[in-house]
Amino acid sequence: MKLGYFPGCTLKTNAKHFEDSAMQVMELLGQPLEEMENWICCGTVFSMTTDDLMLQLASIRNLLRAENQGYDELVTLCSMCYNTLKRAKEFILNDEENLRKVNDFMYREEAKFKGTTDVVHLLSILKDRITFDEIKNKVTKPLTDLKIGAYYGCLLVRPKELAIDDFEDPTIMEELVDTLGGEGVVFPYRLECCGAYQTVTEKDVTVKRTYEIINSARNAGCEALITSCPLCAFNLDQRQKETSEEFLEFSTMPVFYFTELMAIALGLKWNKDWKKLHYINPVPLLKEKGLI
Amino acid sequence: MKKIGVFICHCGINIKDTVDVERLTIELENYPGVAYIENYMFMCSDPGQNHIQDAIRENKLDGVVVAACSPTLHESTFQAVLKESGLNEYQMEIANIREQCSWVHTDIEQATHKAKLIIKTAIEKLKLNESLYPVSAPVTKKALVIGGGISGIQAALDIADAGFEVIMVEKKPSIGGHMIQLSETFPTLDCSQCILTPKMVAINKHKNIKLYVNSEVESIDGYIGNFNVKIKQKALYVDPHKCNLCDDCTEVCPVLVPNEQEEGLSWRKAIYIPFPQAIPATYTLDLENCLGLEPIACGKCREKCTAEAINYDAADMIIEEEVGAVIIATGFDLYPVENIPEYGYGKYPDVITSLQFERILSATGPTGGEIYRPSDGKVPKEIVFVQCSGSRDPEHHLSYCSKICCMYTLKHAKLYKHKVHNGQPYIFYIDIRAGGKLYEEFVQQAVSEEGILYIRGKVAKIYKEGDKMIVVGMDTLSGKKIEIKADLVVLAMGIVPSEGSHDLVKTLKINTDDKGFLSEAHPKLRPVESLQAGFYLAGTSQGPRDIPDSVSQASGAAAKALILLSSDKIYHSPIIASVDEDLCSGCAICVGTCPYGARELNEVSKVVEVNEILCEGCGACISACPSGAAQQKNLTDDQIDNMIQIIASGK
Amino acid sequence: MSLKITREKIKNSLVDKIEEISGQNVFDCYQCGICSSGCPVTDYMDYSPNQVMRLLQLGSVDEILNSKTIWICSTCLQCSTRCPKGIEVAQVMEALRTINLRQREGTLKPEDIKSKELKDLPPIALVSAFRKLTG
Ligand SMILES: Cc1cc2nc3c(=O)[nH]c(=O)nc-3n(C[C@H](O)[C@H](O)[C@H](O)COP(=O)(O)OP(=O)(O)OC[C@H]3O[C@@H](n4cnc5c(N)ncnc54)[C@H](O)[C@@H]3O)c2cc1C
Ligand code: SF4
Ligand code: SF4
Ligand code: SF4
Repeated sequence: MKLGYFPGCTLKTNAKHFEDSAMQVMELLGQPLEEMENWICCGTVFSMTTDDLMLQLASIRNLLRAENQGYDELVTLCSMCYNTLKRAKEFILNDEENLRKVNDFMYREEAKFKGTTDVVHLLSILKDRITFDEIKNKVTKPLTDLKIGAYYGCLLVRPKELAIDDFEDPTIMEELVDTLGGEGVVFPYRLECCGAYQTVTEKDVTVKRTYEIINSARNAGCEALITSCPLCAFNLDQRQKETSEEFLEFSTMPVFYFTELMAIALGLKWNKDWKKLHYINPVPLLKEKGLI
Repeated sequence: MKKIGVFICHCGINIKDTVDVERLTIELENYPGVAYIENYMFMCSDPGQNHIQDAIRENKLDGVVVAACSPTLHESTFQAVLKESGLNEYQMEIANIREQCSWVHTDIEQATHKAKLIIKTAIEKLKLNESLYPVSAPVTKKALVIGGGISGIQAALDIADAGFEVIMVEKKPSIGGHMIQLSETFPTLDCSQCILTPKMVAINKHKNIKLYVNSEVESIDGYIGNFNVKIKQKALYVDPHKCNLCDDCTEVCPVLVPNEQEEGLSWRKAIYIPFPQAIPATYTLDLENCLGLEPIACGKCREKCTAEAINYDAADMIIEEEVGAVIIATGFDLYPVENIPEYGYGKYPDVITSLQFERILSATGPTGGEIYRPSDGKVPKEIVFVQCSGSRDPEHHLSYCSKICCMYTLKHAKLYKHKVHNGQPYIFYIDIRAGGKLYEEFVQQAVSEEGILYIRGKVAKIYKEGDKMIVVGMDTLSGKKIEIKADLVVLAMGIVPSEGSHDLVKTLKINTDDKGFLSEAHPKLRPVESLQAGFYLAGTSQGPRDIPDSVSQASGAAAKALILLSSDKIYHSPIIASVDEDLCSGCAICVGTCPYGARELNEVSKVVEVNEILCEGCGACISACPSGAAQQKNLTDDQIDNMIQIIASGK
Repeated sequence: MSLKITREKIKNSLVDKIEEISGQNVFDCYQCGICSSGCPVTDYMDYSPNQVMRLLQLGSVDEILNSKTIWICSTCLQCSTRCPKGIEVAQVMEALRTINLRQREGTLKPEDIKSKELKDLPPIALVSAFRKLTG
């Protein structure tokens, strides 16, 4: 059975390199991702109001369709999609009344929502299904000498009920980096919010967050960051422009999606188009380490 | 037929306002068996008791029903009244018309009716009551004290000084518990070891005390006043009588392990003395870490020991003792600090626990009492203390307040300040709990005169930057988020029942609360007794407390145990199970159901017998017996039948 | 200015509504402050998260509904994760925003976003901001 794949809004645009690299990596690992049909926006942020089911509909509709298309598991790359879809599912399934109402509302859909499709983040597939040992066997170009900070942000570890690893002390991404032959560096701000959607209304706040997070990583010895959230990636990478303008002593740091580095380590070709989607040019660092 | 007196209590307004006592009196007047009836404001008062006595005398009553509050409160009061009037106290029944009636109902009609039924059932039961006499057994005049911390030590000394023998069992190689690890003690700042070691020596020297270290209780059988104890003592590879403390063995031992007495801040050998003032004063061989008990594996220490104190062939021993009372004083452990990963313990050497800091402060500790931080041995110039580490956090850790950490943290800050004059201590706290004698003064003085800065808020995270520990907290009083670059962070860990306590609870099947602390028989009125008769509780095994409270409680437990030890006999309620030999088929189904091991099949007569002292009257065997041979005294099937009939008839 | 507290004010119907929307009991809070010390954006708020909880306990809802805090909160859930009493503080923040948003009072008007910004910002940023901040 192929793994269903839910892209979400940004994977087709600003985070195209995340999607491309992930698809290629999974193909190579023998677990190709199959994009589900007819998907819509996941809702981006889970609504935490208890009394407004309308706000859960986007998520549930996606899950219903995935269910109908026969996927037992729906994989997301984006942390936010993971979080929103999974929480919406738990919230609706936890209460029969909610389930009934949501189904009544979606009367035009072919079948009723039952909640049989699991929402899984790609990192969990890599660790639990494919296993890091297996990935290690396939590494052809180890990320030797590359010190990488894994930035988890919020949505992979909070709320704790759906954390993909220990919610206070996760190691899954560092383990992945080690698997790829690099050095996963634990840095203090790796679970701290980047400011998220405040980037639209409170740019200053996100700029300061970026400043603190990147500095924290640098102080711990990181040369680059990896993430799995396009919003984090935007704040941590693109916002380094404003950060550099505001803090003159600030020195920049490349930010990758974890799948880009996987692609390199597994011997796939570094796609020049990916570079265009980065704000801080990662090529010099990759060249310096002899990776491209 | 028995002539029965019925006495209905108003309990002030507690009963009277919901139950129509006047009407009850009239309605029950002619009930079969009732020879006398009255109601009165407070039956338990002196005049109330006199009413009962007078009525018994004047009406030649054979038995009495008191309709009042729960028997847990005044059963013994009214039993005494019967006894004084020359009646057997088991010819008295309580009809509980307060807790089971007036307090739980509002409708007067219905409540009055229910009260009437309750009283009638009591009358019916009383009609078939036998006169019973308490069961008695002799008392072994010796106590067992489990745990050799300050609580166990105090209890043992009190009992021994009163002239009774004490067996003390301590798991570790020396007594002393946590108190021996402490530097100075709040609020008076006297040196912990200076005040404890005399007591430890006293334990060793006391003619009435027998001490077993490296030992644990394997089992306790028997019953109050007559316990059979099996103690397992780990093999004594070093003979305490021969060892002359020369220290030659440690020099040759090649093994290094973290020193638990120093909370892992230094190392010790596999053969070692726990600390200089250890009692008993002898070296100990730690089998778990020793390379192997044979000359081929290592054998260096035995070779070196000129006193020939080391014997690799020693074996574990089981020692049996008989005692009358048991005091449990198995103490506490710190809450596992690994459970709070956001504070970085284990990741950063300069985040330490409060007990580690005690060792750093202690003159006998790894730094000789000078304050150096573990990572690089520098004197910390800014030090942060984090209170409530693990405590008061029902969502993730402990729901309760650990009670001692507010005070010991303040002590830490003060002692730090006394050693590092230009240093700055900060204390993150949520509330300061300083409700002991001289405690509040201790706090006030520190804040105004010693330059200790309290910051009100819980710390969110601690991480390292350069050689500083960054502590991120909050001052909720000013509404400001706080960041401190500290050189050393001390976590004021909460406390939990010790591991040894958990183990013991499993072997003894003693009651604990949901946190694992030993349960007292009554939270207010019987705080040092266990619900299991003959067991008494002392110190932190029963709940978080400091030394003054531990010592008071230990003396309290000793006093309770002494009451038992100084009686020649113990008495036991006769409301227990019996066996009708004619009906018993010898199937022995009941034997397995008894939780107290009180039933046994007599192989000769093929009839089950009851050990009257062991039987607690729980009734398990009675419901299990298929032949109706097992009966509870004064709660026979016939009595229960009659009571049910009253209730079922609704009249 | 002193806060006048009365029986009616404490636990007023708006507090009830916030408790209903958030599913939280504001009186669970014992003011330990860890929500605020862990919050990444406390510094930019006019009331720290623990003060928000406190003001709700005092029934002073208006003050919070008009605060900057609820809009600065970025729903990172750090407060909810750490609260020793298991209060989902982030859910309380959401309820406070929701009360405003349901009256069509948000802080983000789509037309105010500059076209240059609009080009740079990824869809994920725009959609989530609209959902959280637009009434
Ligand atoms: C960091 C810190 C600082 C403190 N400072 C102060 C202070 O300044 N002033 C103050 O008043 N209080 C202070 N206290 C509190 C004080 O330490 C305790 O109140 C006291 O030690 C409790 O003594 P205890 O005998 O009940 O328990 P413990 O000291 O824990 O002793 C229990 C003993 O029982 C033994 N044991 C456990 N299980 C078994 C078993 N199954 N069989 C046999 N033996 C067993 C243990 O080995 C131990 O020896 C402090 C506590 C801490 C953590
Ligand atoms: S004693 Fe003080 S530090 Fe310890 S749990 Fe209680 S309030 Fe917290
Ligand atoms: S963390 Fe919870 S208990 Fe503590 S102040 Fe915040 S809401 Fe209140
Ligand atoms: S959810 Fe909001 S209030 Fe809570 S910690 Fe995050 S930003 Fe602060």
